[in-house]
Amino acid sequence: MADPVITIRGLRKSYGELEAVRGIDLEVRAGEVLAFLGPNGAGKTTTVEILEGYRRRSGGEVTVLGEDPERGDRAWRERIGMVLQSCRLDPYLTVRESLALYAGYYRSPRPVEEVVELVGLTGKADERTGSLSGGQQRRLDVGMALVGDPELLFLDEPTTGFDPSARRQAWETIAGLRDLGKTVFLTTHYMDEAQRLADRVTIIARGAVVASGTPADLGNRESLPTTISYRLDGEQVSLETRSPVADLHELTSRAVGEGLELEGLEVTRPNLEDIYLSLTAEAEEG
Amino acid sequence: MSGLALFAHQFRYDQKAFWRNPASVFFTVMFPVILLLIFATVFGGQTVEVRGGIKTTAYYVPAIITLSVISATMQSLAMSLVIAREDGRLKRGRGTPMPAWVFIAGRVGNSAVVALLMLALIATIGRVLYGVAIPWGELPAIVLTLLVGAAAFCCLGIALTAAIPSQDAAAPIVNALLLPLYFLSGVFIPDDQLPSGVIHFAGIFPIRHFFEAFFDVYDPGNTGAALQWGDLAVVAAWGAAGLLIAIRRFRWTPRGG
Repeated sequence: MADPVITIRGLRKSYGELEAVRGIDLEVRAGEVLAFLGPNGAGKTTTVEILEGYRRRSGGEVTVLGEDPERGDRAWRERIGMVLQSCRLDPYLTVRESLALYAGYYRSPRPVEEVVELVGLTGKADERTGSLSGGQQRRLDVGMALVGDPELLFLDEPTTGFDPSARRQAWETIAGLRDLGKTVFLTTHYMDEAQRLADRVTIIARGAVVASGTPADLGNRESLPTTISYRLDGEQVSLETRSPVADLHELTSRAVGEGLELEGLEVTRPNLEDIYLSLTAEAEEG
Repeated sequence: MSGLALFAHQFRYDQKAFWRNPASVFFTVMFPVILLLIFATVFGGQTVEVRGGIKTTAYYVPAIITLSVISATMQSLAMSLVIAREDGRLKRGRGTPMPAWVFIAGRVGNSAVVALLMLALIATIGRVLYGVAIPWGELPAIVLTLLVGAAAFCCLGIALTAAIPSQDAAAPIVNALLLPLYFLSGVFIPDDQLPSGVIHFAGIFPIRHFFEAFFDVYDPGNTGAALQWGDLAVVAAWGAAGLLIAIRRFRWTPRGG
């Protein structure tokens, strides 16, 4: 099998007394979309900035595209594209000019017109970036990361603060990156975003990995109880159980035997969001 | 791409962004013109008691060119670099294969071109409206003096960004430094109105020396060796100090947030 695009072993980063990242292990393989998920302050941006070469690590081994990011040279940067968590583009350049400016930084860029289309800004190509909506600016930002035709893309919280329709459009753009065969390291604090876009999800909290797997694997975890809820005599009852089949049998048998109606009977399996919240809450308390 | 081609590429877009930005065009291009018109209107017809008495307008044309050069370099660079830094654009640019120097060089090139353009603009206005002769014979000395000043004030502008914590702080800090020095250095108030103590004090700073050097090459009454190597040396020394600070203290990443 080909070497992983990103390998992280025992990564640590402290700022003075504060340990922001405490021993992360992670691999990202070529062509996959990895969601790096965690609440604010979990160490996501610190980690991604170490991978991008902006920050020095305090300990551990990191390899990105075969190089140590701390020694990444020009040839290495040719192969990487990044969208920072917050970056305001030059408001006086148009969409096409912003892309052409960045295209000029790379040896073999993608054609600007192609990128305009890829990020869905065809009708806006000659508008200044200052007149674009937040969602459109972010898509242009993705386009600027893409214009150098990199193998690996870092997207740091690409949809934070977006309204639902802008998020959906940004998601389409990001989903399109996979079709281009790019490897994507996606940082997010939205579970639904990870679920929708990622091949694999790594959840971190307080600087350490708390869970890792495909969205489906994580969804099948049996660690969380199932909820059975119903109304009896107008009163809402909610039970948490780890043996839902037996408990449900007992409950309904009794109800039938006593001639009771269990209004609004519902059995709820934990969804990814619940799993994420419980995992990160455990870590926060721990 | 070669270094030169990269520089040309960056410079082209820096020029576009500069000329489309109403704030940069107003403060760098329009404002000096307005100042010249105001000074010439208010004090026109009087004489300034330097070099045995010259027309006020002949004093203010080189004075305002001095201001324009500082404005196109130190002021404009400090402001635009802090804005780009806090917007995250410098950091983002650093994440591309573009060498860091190209980013700075593009803006310095932009400043130098605007400074030369302001020389032409103010000199032309002075000639057409106020009959202040353009000293064509001194052109090489004028351009040399201007470029030494432009280089030094570019370095000082880049160094100054290290002391500016946010976009909001950029204009107040830059103006708090430059405005008093324009007054004390004889740029706004002619030398003959300033107490000698004030001029001595202003002599610590590069604005006074750049003004003196520029005035001497531009003053049509002055003949012979017009280049003021002493003043230029002080300006260059300040520039070198700025360069050292810039190399050690310049930041690519936002300071706020």
